[in-house]
Amino acid sequence: MASKEEILTGLAEIVNEETGLETEAVQLDKSFTDDLDIDSISMMTIVVNAEEKFDVTIPDEEVKNLKTVEDAVNFIDNAQA
Amino acid sequence: MVTLKQNQTNAHSRILGLGIYRPDVVVTNDDVCQWIESSDEWIQQRTGIKTRHRAAEDVDVLDMSEHAAREALAAAGVEASQLGGVIVSTISFPYLTPSAAAALAHRLGATPAPAFDISAACAGYCYGIAQADALVRSGAADYVLVVGVEKLSDVIDNSERSISFLLGDGAGAAVVGRSETPGIGPSVWGSDGSKWEAIRMTHPLTDIRAVEQGRERTPSPDLLDPETGGMREDATLWPTLRQDGQTVFRWASWEVAKRAQEAMDVAGVSPEDLSAFIPHQANMRIIDQMAKTLKLPESVVIARDIADSGNTSAASVPLATHRLLSEHPELSGKLALQIGFGAGLVYGAQVVVLP
Repeated sequence: MASKEEILTGLAEIVNEETGLETEAVQLDKSFTDDLDIDSISMMTIVVNAEEKFDVTIPDEEVKNLKTVEDAVNFIDNAQA
Repeated sequence: MVTLKQNQTNAHSRILGLGIYRPDVVVTNDDVCQWIESSDEWIQQRTGIKTRHRAAEDVDVLDMSEHAAREALAAAGVEASQLGGVIVSTISFPYLTPSAAAALAHRLGATPAPAFDISAACAGYCYGIAQADALVRSGAADYVLVVGVEKLSDVIDNSERSISFLLGDGAGAAVVGRSETPGIGPSVWGSDGSKWEAIRMTHPLTDIRAVEQGRERTPSPDLLDPETGGMREDATLWPTLRQDGQTVFRWASWEVAKRAQEAMDVAGVSPEDLSAFIPHQANMRIIDQMAKTLKLPESVVIARDIADSGNTSAASVPLATHRLLSEHPELSGKLALQIGFGAGLVYGAQVVVLP
């Protein structure tokens, strides 16, 4: 089971692979849409890759609630438990 | 008791010829931006679409079907009178009954061929090929015409932004017939009605009746203003299409891609054996992700007709195939993986020998 720090690092790698953004840019307080400029389709790709990486399920209806990187880290952390 | 006779079966089937109709009216992204707040760059980046074609007001589903069908028959070298079945796949023929197929069969001179429509949205052409293959190999018919046709411009609301700007009109037709060698692999097709609302009409036709008769109707959430909770001022009585884009993207790019892999597996084909991949032209990013999920080698030519034609639902796979064969005639006789997927949700895939 990954720690919150490991989840953040893993998520940053996934975001980097999908969008080319530097991993350092992916910080807890950043909004996926407003700060990182990630569109809805890229967001879904990130979600699917995160599911695979962390062995969790993130339902479609949950994705709209993942507004910031911290929201995603917390969701994955809880889903792992 | 006498023993029943059954049809003499045909050993194999294949697609013998293709035909299309691509409407003349070209709608650019700049045109679309008159109806929704967007930009050419935004639309291209998110969908890969530059233009889509829409049929003129006086061109209907039957006109487009007939045009495509005549070309397919000529390419196949088959007379309309030889057809043992006419299948039209569409969601935009504006009559609940009678079928477009019966009228088309009559126009072509295929009467009394059995004729029926199927409603499988963007999977419609591949569903039609699955049925035509089964009809031919069972011996129920020697030749079957399959048409995928849409005049989606009749069932969209230009001012909404979930799906309308993606869509175009057009028709594609294939003649499936008996063959000396296998030309259509087993179909992998199915449905997932748990996502019935992911691509939908805003409301049923019976709502029009309710309003005409002054009865109350339960307003569809698609017609409500999220701010006020009341009916949107621009809500129309005529039902139009909507989709949940993220849900559809995820389902298509990963779940449906697995079904495409199954279609290769059951046909005994590996990605290296394919010459072309012809997915439903829904969104360039779905096409890219599917190709990635399937780990297709670079040698496989991927159909990307969507850039110019938009998403034409049931017509997209034959339109894309026809274009691929025009641009790459060397693909004739080679293997292609085709897959349709859409409202239902439904999917259908098969590996075929290109005509």
